[in-house]
Amino acid sequence: MSTWVENFKSNGNPNTSAPIIVEVDTRLDNQVQRILLMDRKDLSANTNKKQIQRRLAQNREAARKSRLRKKAYVQQLETSRLKLVQLEQELDRARQQGLYVGSGVEGVHMGFSGTDSAWFTAFEMEYGHWLEEQSRQICELRNALQAHIGDVELRILVDAGMSHYFELFRMKTTAAKADVFYVMSGMWKTPAERFFFWIGGFRPSELLKVLVPQLEPLTEQQLIDVCNLRQSCQQAEDALSQGMDKLQQTLAETVAAGQLAEVGYNPRTGTAMDKLEALVSFVSQADHLRQETLQQMSRILTTRQAARGLLALGEYFLRLRALSSLWANRPREPT
Amino acid sequence: MDKVTRLASEKGVVIFSKSSCCLCYAVNILFQELGVHPMVYEIDQDPEGKEMEKALMRMGCNAPVPAVFISGQLVGSTNEVMSLHLSGNLIPLLKPYQPFS
Repeated sequence: MSTWVENFKSNGNPNTSAPIIVEVDTRLDNQVQRILLMDRKDLSANTNKKQIQRRLAQNREAARKSRLRKKAYVQQLETSRLKLVQLEQELDRARQQGLYVGSGVEGVHMGFSGTDSAWFTAFEMEYGHWLEEQSRQICELRNALQAHIGDVELRILVDAGMSHYFELFRMKTTAAKADVFYVMSGMWKTPAERFFFWIGGFRPSELLKVLVPQLEPLTEQQLIDVCNLRQSCQQAEDALSQGMDKLQQTLAETVAAGQLAEVGYNPRTGTAMDKLEALVSFVSQADHLRQETLQQMSRILTTRQAARGLLALGEYFLRLRALSSLWANRPREPT
Repeated sequence: MDKVTRLASEKGVVIFSKSSCCLCYAVNILFQELGVHPMVYEIDQDPEGKEMEKALMRMGCNAPVPAVFISGQLVGSTNEVMSLHLSGNLIPLLKPYQPFS
């Protein structure tokens, strides 16, 4: 019946072709033409007049409904346009904060299907929300420590803080399976954070270096435990680093030998594709190490110390991100 | 599988590995750093390699390699080894096999 209704109902997507207004008018013309072409012998003067009037009334009604539908459709277009503007603003804001949002380095997206880049943007938005929640938690911790709230309530905050980090590791696992290079590139983080990157995130040993000075005074036993943790963390990190070096080396060998995929397979070194699969395991192990380090610290420290530690850690990363912004906005010499 | 359990008991610290596996290499490096010299068995170079792989997974190793055995007991894969080490529980297990401890 009406093209307006069909297009209105199908989806609100403004990208579908707009219905043509002209069609309604031609239909009106057709109806008028039909009246004029009616078989004369069926009509007496009176019934003819009544029928014409009825038809004209119907036409007016149809035109009125058509105008209403057009108005509704235009309103819908307006809403979509506003939403688009809003999304663009969000992207700009994210860009200014130094978050990589896919502009510039187009090479990263080459060859990706539409769904792939949708996932990419979705991860960055999820990470954006994670950061917002992180800021909120840091403020809460700061206030709680200043207000000297009890251990029970503090424990809740500490557990929430830990869970929040574990949530990030879960997000990264999913992301690494979809695109390990993306996670490893650190392009989803700010430049200053990226400077300290190690296999897809911060170095666990670095984390301890930031935390420990903030936690004094520590008991005798705590000092021993922290010292042992630092040593084992460093050893684990070294082992993974050397594994990564070996991976790079053998990847270079397989690429040089032309063993990209199953053709020309050398069972001793595997294919280049196998090596890239192994990268996913390495990122997973690095995140596992980060998680274990956090958990062990939580075990060694008292609730209050753990709260101070989480606050110190959160503030450290906040400052790194701020540094990235400062650097991005520094006054540059005119060239 | 008998072969796996036999090999696992052959030395104090045994790692079942694959020659192309760099994570296995990393785990081996860790043990070397702790002063231990594990016996590394490359199952991809064994004709019964597939059987051994299945056996290891049946024994509870989620990734077939690296599969780490200490004193003939399955410790686990990379995850388990790392967790043990960070919690300070790996070194006590290795004490008998550290030459200069």
